[in-house]
Amino acid sequence: MQEVLDHVYVHSDMLVTTDWVNEHLNDPGVRIVESNEDLLLYPSRHLPGSVQIDWTVDLNDQMIRDYVSRENFEKLMSANGIDNDTTVIFYGDKNNWWACYAFWIFQLFGHTKAAVMDGGRLKWEKENRQMIKDVPKYSRTNYKAPMRNDHGIRAFRDDVMEHIKNNLPLVDVRSMEEYTGKRLHMPEYPNEGALRGGHIPGAANIPWAKAINPEDGTFKTFDELKKLYEIDNNLNPDDDVIAYCRIGERSSHTWFVLTYLLGFNHVRNYDGSWTEWGNMVGVPIEK
Amino acid sequence: MEETNGGKYPVRLHEFLEIIEYYDNFNDRINFLIDYAEKFKRVPENISVKPYPPENKVEYCESGAYVWTLAEPNSTFKFYFDVENPHGISAMALAKIFDDTLSGETEESILSVPDDIVYKIFGQSLSMGKNLGLTGILLAMKRDVKNFRRMKNVE
Repeated sequence: MQEVLDHVYVHSDMLVTTDWVNEHLNDPGVRIVESNEDLLLYPSRHLPGSVQIDWTVDLNDQMIRDYVSRENFEKLMSANGIDNDTTVIFYGDKNNWWACYAFWIFQLFGHTKAAVMDGGRLKWEKENRQMIKDVPKYSRTNYKAPMRNDHGIRAFRDDVMEHIKNNLPLVDVRSMEEYTGKRLHMPEYPNEGALRGGHIPGAANIPWAKAINPEDGTFKTFDELKKLYEIDNNLNPDDDVIAYCRIGERSSHTWFVLTYLLGFNHVRNYDGSWTEWGNMVGVPIEK
Repeated sequence: MEETNGGKYPVRLHEFLEIIEYYDNFNDRINFLIDYAEKFKRVPENISVKPYPPENKVEYCESGAYVWTLAEPNSTFKFYFDVENPHGISAMALAKIFDDTLSGETEESILSVPDDIVYKIFGQSLSMGKNLGLTGILLAMKRDVKNFRRMKNVE
């Protein structure tokens, strides 16, 4: 999949434009996946031929705070007519937070034939492109997934503790108010149960939203992103970086930017994030 | 007031809950709610215009919901809403439901609505954040109604 973007990134093939998606709406080798925060959004209208994968219902285990098992991921993919060779294109609301989150989870299961639609739902709508209510039905596939690999791009609390000891870079992508502990939740969002406000010791605050153009949700240019992360915040593409937010959704957006747009070699997303760290007994915080 | 499933609800809200509980299929329920979102009407210009006053903004609602509460002469209240995020479909649906079922109700009726109403309407698959954000709409309505009572008591 080679895409002509307005901007060139290190792995430009992981990002497609709305034009590209429009031309591939009927491509049997492509499955378009919408992933949103609002459950009513996809059923209200969506891209023709797209399916919905919901982060709460489809991607999270319902009994353990963890992602679905290999078996359930295989069932999810098969039910949506996705086979191992299908190119999956993600888009959604909230400037593609949830699309990037779903994309990241797909990478835990090794589905690398995937990309994100730049600008997400916001850009598609602003361009007045076709949206429909009909939910497509695809023939069931027999998708086979490897065991979920939690080691390459996912960080757990022990990894974060080790990271702190080794003085390695942590990126807190939440708002400044959450980072400083003034708020226990992101602006306009409720408190989802963190007992303390602040950040993980040593973390730099680089809010995720700095990576996008708010008017259409597209990613900023390579040069703008390079300035933000490498020049202004002293990160290096060879650094071992862990990103976190509240539950791992905003930080998966930053993980995507660092890994694919800037070509960082070793970025992990700490999905336990502040809802784990801010409640954990015996761990330090900074304000 | 009608009693249902461990809570007391104003009659029209009770009737609405009876209807939505009939939709035990998740997709049917979602489509029913989308119908409400599509009928959502924004606050009229004679009540407020953008940029809206911050005091009308619903705390914790990431969809950018606003509530206006007017006291009516017969001790009832009329509610108006807006939702700034065009992707805030759930907030639009809930605002329409509240306008249909709680506008015209008294202080006692409005304050009696249990705060877990959002789960009853949208189901348990709603994320905690989304649920709390939507609940903020009801809490804003209750806050306004209580403020009217305080002002009345001062007078």
